Amino acid sequence: MQDKTSRPSPLRGAQSKQETAGEPNTGGGLLAAHLLTRRQFTAGSIAVASGLSALGSACTGCDTPARSADTSVRLHVNGTRAEVDIDLRSSLLDVLREQLQLTGAKKGCDHGQCGACTVHLDGRRVASCLTPAVQADGREITTIEGLSPEGGPLHPMQQAFIDQDALQCGYCTPGQIMAAVACVREGNAGSAEQIREYMSGNLCRCGAYAGILAAIQQAAPEIGGT
Amino acid sequence: MATSPPASASAVGSSVPRADGPPKVTGASRYVDDLPAMPGEIFGRTVRSPVPRGILRGVRFDPAFDWSDVTVVLAEDVPVNVVALILDDQPILGTGKVNHAYEPIVLLGCADRLKLSRALQAVTLDIDPLPPVLDMRAALEGEEILWGTDNVIKRYLITKGCADAERERSEAAIDAALARCEVVVTGTYASHHQEQLYIEPQGVIAWWDEAGAHATGSIQCPFYVQKAFLKAFGLPADRIHITQSVTGGGFGGKEEYPSIIALHAALLARKSGRPVRMIYDRTEDIEATTKRHPASCEITSGCDRDGTLRALKIRVLMDGGAYATLSQVVLSRGALHASGAYRWDDVWIEATAVATNTPPNGAFRGFGAPQTIWAIERHLDRVAGELGCDPLDLKAKNVLRPGDSTATGQVLRESVAGEECIAKAIAASGYRQKRAAGPVVRGRVARGIGLSVFMHGAGFTGSGERYYKGKIAVDLAPGGRLRIRTASTDIGQGTETVFRQIAADAAGLPLDRVEFEVPCTTTVPDSGPTVASRTVMVVGSILEAAARELASRVREEQEAARQPRAAQEGQASSAAPPALSFEEAADRLLAREGKVTSLKQYEPPSYVRWDDEAYKGDAYPCFGWACDVAEVEVDLDTFEVTVVDFWSAADVGKAIHPVMCKGQIEGGSLQAIGWALSEEIVWQGGKIRNPRMTNYIIPTSLDAPPFHVVLVEAPFPFGPGGGAKGIGEMPMDGGAPAVAAAVEHATGIAARALPLTPERLFEAARGAEAPRTAAGRGERARRYRSSSTVRRARSICRRSRGCSMRSGGRSGSRARRRGARRASAARARC
Repeated sequence: MQDKTSRPSPLRGAQSKQETAGEPNTGGGLLAAHLLTRRQFTAGSIAVASGLSALGSACTGCDTPARSADTSVRLHVNGTRAEVDIDLRSSLLDVLREQLQLTGAKKGCDHGQCGACTVHLDGRRVASCLTPAVQADGREITTIEGLSPEGGPLHPMQQAFIDQDALQCGYCTPGQIMAAVACVREGNAGSAEQIREYMSGNLCRCGAYAGILAAIQQAAPEIGGT
Repeated sequence: MATSPPASASAVGSSVPRADGPPKVTGASRYVDDLPAMPGEIFGRTVRSPVPRGILRGVRFDPAFDWSDVTVVLAEDVPVNVVALILDDQPILGTGKVNHAYEPIVLLGCADRLKLSRALQAVTLDIDPLPPVLDMRAALEGEEILWGTDNVIKRYLITKGCADAERERSEAAIDAALARCEVVVTGTYASHHQEQLYIEPQGVIAWWDEAGAHATGSIQCPFYVQKAFLKAFGLPADRIHITQSVTGGGFGGKEEYPSIIALHAALLARKSGRPVRMIYDRTEDIEATTKRHPASCEITSGCDRDGTLRALKIRVLMDGGAYATLSQVVLSRGALHASGAYRWDDVWIEATAVATNTPPNGAFRGFGAPQTIWAIERHLDRVAGELGCDPLDLKAKNVLRPGDSTATGQVLRESVAGEECIAKAIAASGYRQKRAAGPVVRGRVARGIGLSVFMHGAGFTGSGERYYKGKIAVDLAPGGRLRIRTASTDIGQGTETVFRQIAADAAGLPLDRVEFEVPCTTTVPDSGPTVASRTVMVVGSILEAAARELASRVREEQEAARQPRAAQEGQASSAAPPALSFEEAADRLLAREGKVTSLKQYEPPSYVRWDDEAYKGDAYPCFGWACDVAEVEVDLDTFEVTVVDFWSAADVGKAIHPVMCKGQIEGGSLQAIGWALSEEIVWQGGKIRNPRMTNYIIPTSLDAPPFHVVLVEAPFPFGPGGGAKGIGEMPMDGGAPAVAAAVEHATGIAARALPLTPERLFEAARGAEAPRTAAGRGERARRYRSSSTVRRARSICRRSRGCSMRSGGRSGSRARRRGARRASAARARC
């Protein structure tokens, strides 16, 4: 979500070169204070978070660059186009999380084993930790942040996860929801058995599988398969 | 209380949407690694010992490597090199002796993460290896001394009845009591390591500034970390700011271990002068952090021919790993649950935790109880076999009832619901009919059903609450709102939602008027750790009192405003409408006093009496009760077990939020099923061979059976919301023995060791030379003696090992994941 949809070039990778010299380094004390409330970590954090990312990128500029940029890719993320300088070895997950500040996709294992990093690439679900960022060049990427419009109603699957209490700790949830939406669109949500099979790549250690199944069954008619 | 809250839509008992739902489903929640980079932030990594035991001679840094922008922290940089917990025996960084594989020795920090991984390779630890002691029995024998004078971290003795004599005579007394019994059964039951495997790996960000030291991260117990900082850095408490970020699961794994990560990150931050982000990757998390203690329980029991249980003798041995961590408390809870949910006349339980050269074990949901409940439940299944009755009849006959006393002599008075749970689980599952019909075999699949009965002590053991004095604060905020300040963290179990419900009801306010402050050690009082299923029952009860007190102060303000007006208008005061709304009165109170807070400290019920020396008395203020029934299918060729249905009738006192309460029971039961069937740490030379999610197999959506949860409510008079008891841990206790009983019903294989993997069941089937011929099992047992079946199973096992390469990809389908696990186990053996 955040500012990607409204501003022309808010992405850190895209702007890091331009915004290096001029930005002041505000020091740790201010940020320390910001880091202390969860409300700012969570729902109401958009302004603060993007402010922090701008400062963060400024600092990266005045510091030694943390990564070498080998190439640049054009990513279409959640409806916004961005050109990002990347290290060729970067995974899509790392670029989303660290360069575009889209931290909804999670790193649970970094080996494609847990599903917490699931995003859509041209409408298909992928483990973004196993997807080289270069492979996403020129393709459409949807993350959990882009599933519903900012400030608008939740996507039916997100709402169903709340209605069915299909989460506890919530760490696997963005991946579960992205996988669930794809599962329905693929036409693999026809029966409970089918859903369990096609959702088995997304692990939930809290054991909310029953709620997840119910949520998918609730949302499926609203989303509809293709 | 002056006034009782007015009637309002009751929040307690209704399943409101969870408070943290919207940010979690939109990806807006910031877990620790989602927090934006701070200016100048660097990454932190840990250099760990590659060997389980040795003498650390030195640390070498490759001179060819550019160390100019790498921060290095060694043991000598640590002000006080001790992780403060209970016994203070664990160093923050290893020095001199190495006591387990993965022991942290050196910390490295660098802004460039890729360079940091190369730096890790440029450090060499000079360690002279010593022969490690990896087996807990060898540690108990004490040929090599690793810890203290005899490797024994802690030992308890619990005695009751004739065994209640001085230590020297008590064992002879219980032996004599057993000798007098009509039916005596002996057996040993083993359980294994279990990794918590929260999906969010552990991590902390630490920094220093003019206010002192800061650490924010994935933490269950912020005040544990504060205590560790007090000791290590010698800072006053008001200069230590430990903040919980949104936490992606803990299950005990983030109880004590985050202290170590936070100390490491803070040491790097202190030396580098920069914020340090230290996030474990999955492999490091599995290898280095704590796990469930493996345990072995040697049980001898005696009963009458009619099934009346009489005498019980148990030796519990737990593997604490290299350092004491929380082992003595885990052992205590294990020992206190070892006699199960049953009446015994004479009891002798000796429990010992020893140190080995394996990574330290620690807290995991259930905290020692699942290990001993596994043992006693399996044992009673065998006793029932000896008596020729169904385990249900034996267990129902002996389950503790009001007025009975436990192994510690605790007389149970109220909120005792074992019988009710059994009745409800049996009725819901159709256990008796399915059991009587015998195992159903269709083709190569056999179906069976089994049960477990258990109780779980809610809250701290013994005098723990008196010692800890947990506190909570509720502030009045503008607009008649309440703000809860507590160190009880929400790690997914729903604390925030349930606390808001309790406070709203106690204050007679709508739910949205209650806020929940982010737990930080300098802004919230120490409520005690978020452990032991004590959050709702203990901290929730003082929250209820605090919210009620605060609301009544506002209502007194309303009343005071009404009196003059009523007098003026000549009305009877009780009939006059309030002159001020609740919000107005609250704001007036707030304006006059500046700060309006109710701070409450927990006092256990006065009847609770516990003798820490003799280990006698009220071990817990109350118990939760439950009966689990599992129905399984066993593939008689591959020995794969599928749990096809699962019932749990659980007494929770009062369900504040029924849906989340059921969620705890389903989630805990599923972790128990994983522990029983597929989760296994594969060790080789003190190191872990399967530190990944593809070969440490937790249940997927395909492995989760339909759960049928029956909530039983036998209120605990001192619990909040009308009698709530702890629920978080209990569901971990009964799954494994219920599944094992069902497998036994289906196949005749009576497993005494966990996990029930296909290999183990196969071995057990092959080894079943003289299977018992209890009713309905003869056919099954004969089948295993058929050499053709054994040959077929063996060839299948071989095939599945051979096809390990097929198991890649991201599918979590059960068969593939199991294939991967088998392949890995096979590799580990090679």
